[in-house]
Amino acid sequence: MKLRYFAWVRERIGRAEEDIALPADIVTVADLVAWLKTRGEEYEAAFQHEKIVRAAIDRAHVKPEANIAGASEIAFFPPMTGG
Amino acid sequence: MAVRIQAEPFDTGVEIARLTAGSGAGAVVTFTGLCRADGETGTITAMTLEHFPGMAEEELSRLEAEARKRWPLLDCLVIHRHGRLVPGDTIVLVITLSAHRDAAFGAANFLMDYLKTSAPFWKKEESAGGEQWVAAKDSDNAARGRWTQK
Repeated sequence: MKLRYFAWVRERIGRAEEDIALPADIVTVADLVAWLKTRGEEYEAAFQHEKIVRAAIDRAHVKPEANIAGASEIAFFPPMTGG
Repeated sequence: MAVRIQAEPFDTGVEIARLTAGSGAGAVVTFTGLCRADGETGTITAMTLEHFPGMAEEELSRLEAEARKRWPLLDCLVIHRHGRLVPGDTIVLVITLSAHRDAAFGAANFLMDYLKTSAPFWKKEESAGGEQWVAAKDSDNAARGRWTQK
């Protein structure tokens, strides 16, 4: 699975993207976040306030309960501040 | 119908002229957002706008399609810049064209409210104290919410 990170999520994790083989029992975006947080301090820091961090599957906004089956790319980022 | 994401500045006058030529519009509403010196994190010297290439274009296109469903627009343009900007620089441009002003005003307002909360852009401000990411504002979420209330 290709994971992409933006803004302070990217800075805290220390990379813009990575390809990771995910365990089969990860069903939702929330499952993925919980699993990522076990991977090290940088992920814990990025998802410290995990309700704040937003997600997109294949470039469309999704909620934490969204199913990741069939996704080719999942992105995590802070609330948007454009405009 | 168009959405553009670019690092380069835009010329508002040129964009209005291009869009209105032959459009038959009776109303043109233009919103231009500028980089302010009194930023969210204090007095700033510059800001960098990070974006999610691909998703930014797609999300703005989705918003534009929604605006066209809600209002009878003759045409519409959204330009959003990315990269490093200094106070006074343009950030965003929304132009809406319609036969009468209500639709053009309504659609421009709607596009800006949704753009601020759902288009994947993030501002990082530079000041004497260093660099800091801008936090999302509750007032922007409230502004977006008014379009879904009865």
